[in-house]
Amino acid sequence: MADIHLWGALRPAAGGASVVQVEAKTIRELFRKLEDAYPGMTPHLARGVAVSIDGRIYRDSWETMLPDGAEIYLLPRIQGG
Amino acid sequence: MPLDASYHAKSFKSVGTRPLRPDGIDKVTGRAKYGADHNMPGHLVGLILRSPHAHAKIKRIDISKAEKLAGVKAVLTAADLPDLTNGDQGMFDILDNCMARTKVFYDGHAVAAVAAVDMATAKQALKLIKVDYQVLPHVTDVDEAVKPKAPLLHEKCFTEGGESKPKNPSNVAKITEFGHGDVEKGFAEADIVIERNFKTEQTHQGYIEPHACVASVSPDGTGELWVCTQGHFVYRNHCAMLLGMDVSKLRVTSSEIGGGFGGKTHVWMEPVALALSRKANRPVKIVMTREEVFRASGPTSATSIDVKIGIRKDGTITAGKAELRYASGPYLSMWGELGAMTSFACYDLKNVKTRGYEVLVNRPKSAAYRAPSAPMAAFAVESVIDELAKRIGKDPLEVRIQNAAKQGTRSSYGPVYGPIGIGPTLEAARKHPHMKAPLGKNQGRGYACGFWFNFGGQTCTDVNVGPDGTVTLTVGTVDVGGSRASLALCVAEELGIPYDQVKCTVADTGALGHNDMTDGSRGTFSSSMAGIFAARNTIEVLKERAAKMWEIPVSDVAWENGHAKAVGSKYGNLAPLSLKEIAAAAGNTGGPVAGHAEIVADGAGVSFATHICDVEVDPETGRSRVVRYTVIQDAGKAVHPTYVEGQYQGGAAQGIGWALNEEYIYGKDGRLQNPGFLDYRIPVCSDLPMIDTQILEIPNPNHPYGVRGVGETSIVPPIAAIANAVSNAFGVRMTHVPMSPPRVLKALEAAKKTKKA
Amino acid sequence: MAVLVSTTVNGDHAEFACEPNETLLDVLRNRLALTGVKEGCGTGDCGSCSVILDGRLVCSCLVLGIEAEGRKVETVEGMAHGAELHPLQTKFIEHAALQCGVCTPGFLMAAKALLEKNPDPSEEEIRFGLAGNLCRCTGYDKIVRAVQDAAKVMRGA
Repeated sequence: MADIHLWGALRPAAGGASVVQVEAKTIRELFRKLEDAYPGMTPHLARGVAVSIDGRIYRDSWETMLPDGAEIYLLPRIQGG
Repeated sequence: MPLDASYHAKSFKSVGTRPLRPDGIDKVTGRAKYGADHNMPGHLVGLILRSPHAHAKIKRIDISKAEKLAGVKAVLTAADLPDLTNGDQGMFDILDNCMARTKVFYDGHAVAAVAAVDMATAKQALKLIKVDYQVLPHVTDVDEAVKPKAPLLHEKCFTEGGESKPKNPSNVAKITEFGHGDVEKGFAEADIVIERNFKTEQTHQGYIEPHACVASVSPDGTGELWVCTQGHFVYRNHCAMLLGMDVSKLRVTSSEIGGGFGGKTHVWMEPVALALSRKANRPVKIVMTREEVFRASGPTSATSIDVKIGIRKDGTITAGKAELRYASGPYLSMWGELGAMTSFACYDLKNVKTRGYEVLVNRPKSAAYRAPSAPMAAFAVESVIDELAKRIGKDPLEVRIQNAAKQGTRSSYGPVYGPIGIGPTLEAARKHPHMKAPLGKNQGRGYACGFWFNFGGQTCTDVNVGPDGTVTLTVGTVDVGGSRASLALCVAEELGIPYDQVKCTVADTGALGHNDMTDGSRGTFSSSMAGIFAARNTIEVLKERAAKMWEIPVSDVAWENGHAKAVGSKYGNLAPLSLKEIAAAAGNTGGPVAGHAEIVADGAGVSFATHICDVEVDPETGRSRVVRYTVIQDAGKAVHPTYVEGQYQGGAAQGIGWALNEEYIYGKDGRLQNPGFLDYRIPVCSDLPMIDTQILEIPNPNHPYGVRGVGETSIVPPIAAIANAVSNAFGVRMTHVPMSPPRVLKALEAAKKTKKA
Repeated sequence: MAVLVSTTVNGDHAEFACEPNETLLDVLRNRLALTGVKEGCGTGDCGSCSVILDGRLVCSCLVLGIEAEGRKVETVEGMAHGAELHPLQTKFIEHAALQCGVCTPGFLMAAKALLEKNPDPSEEEIRFGLAGNLCRCTGYDKIVRAVQDAAKVMRGA
């Protein structure tokens, strides 16, 4: 079980929790299980969520592995100039 | 193995040199073709009718007279652009912004369009379109818009992300919160707490080239679009969706781009040009006027930010809190959210809490502007840190060094940092000769830090070896400021050949797979990564071909310095094969030699800068002038240092304009009063000093050469650095930018009165 | 009613017919295909459309096409002599005095006009000489340096 940290906008979908626990090996699996457990997150995931794994931000790659003990942080997919 | 993005220290031959850019001669001879420089056979002139009202219901549009005018070939309203967005709110907003549907939301909002044989006819046709408006009350100020009784833009807008489900609709579309720790406990531990409100006015990217495109749609459903854009693949996808076309049947060619800075990251009038062309069955060219660019493209947010920071006498910041209200135009975006993420990102804070508000106002749809939202947040936070340092009698630079984030710090937006450059830029500032230079009369010195994320994203690149052994590098990221030179340098480096044997071209959408835009400082970062991978794949092919030429196993072939080498004593008498020799034999060894890469370039890292500036304020007129300016920023690895310096200098200059002059001014009627370069004054040559730069190179662990994005961060510190300098010159804290002469004079007068009292 | 205009552009005789209200900028771009002359504002505020008219720097968006009658117009397209670039052109590339490049033709015209009047300008004179031209990419630093360097070359120093 990994601790998944949620940024503010996702917390209401998880009943206000800032951290949820999910068993997942990849970003794809993480997203799938989050949608199952917290349907309120679906629109956010559809709009785009970035995943920070030990401080490195992944915006797109589902196959990215979530190493044991890594710090996982969900962030909005940001826009730039 | 070929797709290993991790950094390996090496000595470079090409990367880090400063060759001439490949598009230089075209650009100094007038040959380079920009958006408005292209014509198609028999193209019509397209013009857009824009709302004179800030907020109104469209009751009826009568186009019948315009349609009957001789020479008019198509007249278009929202009815010709039906909603095909299938529930995608972001795309629907873009569509509604391209052509208003039921309401106009700002002065300049498009309501109809014409295509005619010439400009005079098109202008006449616009006058014949009759729009029946029901004018509604409007709101353009961000603080007014959040009030409970403010005119509502959208009746069904209920704030998302608040503590409780709102009962009433409002103009606050969304609230997003970041942070950790307990800020109230942190403030209790502080010796001094300062809380202030800061305001910044709306500014425009101010690219010199107005939006321009030429569109052609055939009755068979295929189309061509020539356009100035930061991302032609994204424009293709947007246009195809909005027009119901097949993505593959719309070929988009990016022109040379005359500046974008975030303003050319999504479509504005391009779908209208395509729709007009489809209706008229003729090519249509639309070129925005400068006035249209100001009124109806995507400037950045006006903001109002409340900041509260506590500090102990030993210099430790105990807590930071910010409420950031960002005007987003009529549609939900994420500008407040980005302000909330970036505001405290430079610092190592135990207790931090930020809330970003997306506020809807009757102004144009806000778009990204270079490190979007970060400069305003930095202005607020860096101003208060300066003031706190003064109050505890410490050097503001030392306070920043003491509290700077470092590897292992939990960032204010969540994750823990890897290796980062804020500390080194501050240390470099401390040692910089600028810090010791004497200040003249009425001068003050200020510094500020800045943070911005960098992006990676989808990237697709081809390397093709010509029959003579020269190399074509084909990329899909638009070159906004010299990236063709840097990308060719990286591929030359990887192949081990000279820079001048690599020609980099930006391809149209028919030639490559999807590429994300040149935004988020990603152009050189991601396309160089893809280019390096494509070069590595090319080398594998070259080795196979050399093996065939030598009739030896490919496992015995190595690639060194642009040559295939047979490895092993048994091949002692085999001379290395050059790229040219292998290319010449390609027809007999398997055909053309090429390498490709299709990647998601993740791991762009984050970027930091520290700026130092000296400002002279004229106490008689209130005019502030920057007299010396220094930019220190981490580039990871500067591929072409001259163009890295250019990014640093350009961002600083834009920040200086924002700090001192630039602002959108709205009248009580909700109309923009200064939609031109005369009254919206960007810095000119005589306003600025030379801008010194210092490039730090802290390798990005997630790029083969250690490259970080460099394009945006340079605009983040200037507003704060200048505000701090002006404040230091007179001991008056400036909390509202631009610090135009009237505002500075007012602040000086107020300070005099306070002193007397 | 279109008017027939006879003029000299970049040393060559040129004739065109234009409407009396048509700007020289539109004539150069649309009738003579000299698209190196850029339109950034159309109101004389950005300098992108700068050309030299009888030796004087003007914004071609503020001049009518018919005013070119019997006069000499120089644009960026006429700066190089055959394959040999003008020193300003060379120095702009060498110093990376352009990023996006859309303001570059106007700057080259303005710098040429400046150096013809003042072959050895100070930094301040260069800055004021180019103050009618807007650049949003470079912060002007490298433009000023390129002009200084070109001036040096042109003086034979």
